[in-house]
Amino acid sequence: MLTLSARDHDMLHGEFGPATKMAISIVARMAEVAGAKELLDITGAHIDSTVYIGEAGLEFAERLANLGAKVSVPTTLNVSGLDEHHWQEWAVPSDWARQAYRQMAAYQSMGTLPTWTCAPYQTEMRPSFGQQIAWGESNAIVFANSVLGARTERYPDLFDICCAITGRVPAIGLHLTENRAGQLLFRLVDVSEQLQQSDDFYPVLGNLIGKVSLDKIPVIDGITIRPAEDQLKAFGAGAASSGGVAMFHMIGITPEAPTLEEAFHGNAPTEAVAITMNSLREARRELTHTDSNQLHMVVLGSPHFSLAEFKRLAPMLKGKRKHPDVKFLVTSSRAMTQLAQKAGFLESLEAFGAQITVDTCILTSPMLPAEIQNLMTNSAKFAYYAPGLLGKKIAFGSLEDCINSAVAGEIIRDETLWLT
Amino acid sequence: MADITLQGKTIIPGEARGRALVSHESLSFWGGYDWKTGEIIDRRHMLSGFIAKDKILAVPFTRGSSTTTAVLLEAIRARTAPAAIITTGTDFFFALASVVADELYTSPLPLIALAEGNFAQLKTDDEIQITNHGTVILFR
Repeated sequence: MLTLSARDHDMLHGEFGPATKMAISIVARMAEVAGAKELLDITGAHIDSTVYIGEAGLEFAERLANLGAKVSVPTTLNVSGLDEHHWQEWAVPSDWARQAYRQMAAYQSMGTLPTWTCAPYQTEMRPSFGQQIAWGESNAIVFANSVLGARTERYPDLFDICCAITGRVPAIGLHLTENRAGQLLFRLVDVSEQLQQSDDFYPVLGNLIGKVSLDKIPVIDGITIRPAEDQLKAFGAGAASSGGVAMFHMIGITPEAPTLEEAFHGNAPTEAVAITMNSLREARRELTHTDSNQLHMVVLGSPHFSLAEFKRLAPMLKGKRKHPDVKFLVTSSRAMTQLAQKAGFLESLEAFGAQITVDTCILTSPMLPAEIQNLMTNSAKFAYYAPGLLGKKIAFGSLEDCINSAVAGEIIRDETLWLT
Repeated sequence: MADITLQGKTIIPGEARGRALVSHESLSFWGGYDWKTGEIIDRRHMLSGFIAKDKILAVPFTRGSSTTTAVLLEAIRARTAPAAIITTGTDFFFALASVVADELYTSPLPLIALAEGNFAQLKTDDEIQITNHGTVILFR
């Protein structure tokens, strides 16, 4: 039975205006559906609803905006459907762009921060340990819970904005300590440290663990190196695509899992699912959906490229030039791209022939021309969604494979680390 | 064969009748459901290529992307949505699309959760009726 606070009742009665009334009535109905006993205060939100899907989502945003909606907590915005300044360089139809732009404007009118990124943890609004937040966007959710120790449920589009307007969420799921215990144990068996250090290991591991975990909280034991933040980002994005993973623990690495006992809140299982080279090879194979070595485009930055990734990429491109028939695209946020520019990381990208798109993602924007059919990426999330969403063929490889392929004009992959 | 009556839990009340489209695999609507046609387009999913429009769709729960709700809402507006959805538990993403469709268009999508044993009795092409009170009738 749901008990609302006096302030919740005031919102429901319209004392905070009609937009807040609509938002709290959706929050309260969903709290009842989810079996919550009360609502909790939040201190931050990230809005995934910015992605233009169609008329219904736009009508929802404009209804709220026209009712005068304003967010009541600091709120970042996810990718939109277009790069505001460069969309005309791509195949985005202009009537579609107009609708997507209306949706951007509606959410911006609500007092939000126009970050336009799927990696809000790379902004100054990065949440702190224990902070209660309402985040949309599956890769951001899993990162916030697991790597930062902030607390959010898997909030869907449309709901995230209702939480941001009201500052309230149902007291359920990962907001509550007792629901943050690990549920399924995985243990690495004979996986070399050299492979653990390579950037293509994490998306593959994420793809494998997501598929087995579904919506459970996986615990990964046996990682003997300290993964970089971008490797954890790639892992989480993969696990949140092939499964519904909203939180994971890595023993000795993530903040709520210093030990196996703590990760499982004292109930560690005796049995573990073995992560073997065979299962990893199979998970890696699944991320490639083409038998041909034809290549039209390399796509990096799903989730959005970080400053550290620009820093790593820049020297790898030095003195090289992509094949004239291959496009090489990096997607990132305005903020990260500006920092990379200031740091001088973009010069070698330009000399290489790379393009950069900000604000959006090729999964959420109809920007790719029809003649581009064969893509390559280093992202498990992108490899997972591209065939269904874009109808394109996709090959997965390491960052180095992607660069070498772009230079050669065909897909080439170094299998060395995956063979042993 | 005799009809089978299963008692489930109403998540969002409503009535519907139609042919069943059943999978034991979870499904993400983002990248998995084409709201312009109602086709299931996740090429790794066992229902890939099936049209779910006006069917009683039975999937255990949603998977992956938090954009599933937005896609289902578009389908409800475009009238390409399933007539109802049956799951094995309370699926927040489906329920939200239904609640928002009720706010915007006063046309909620009926949702029912069945216990796993009952869910396992559903078969694709079953003629199914669901009621306001969470009853699922299979006409066999």
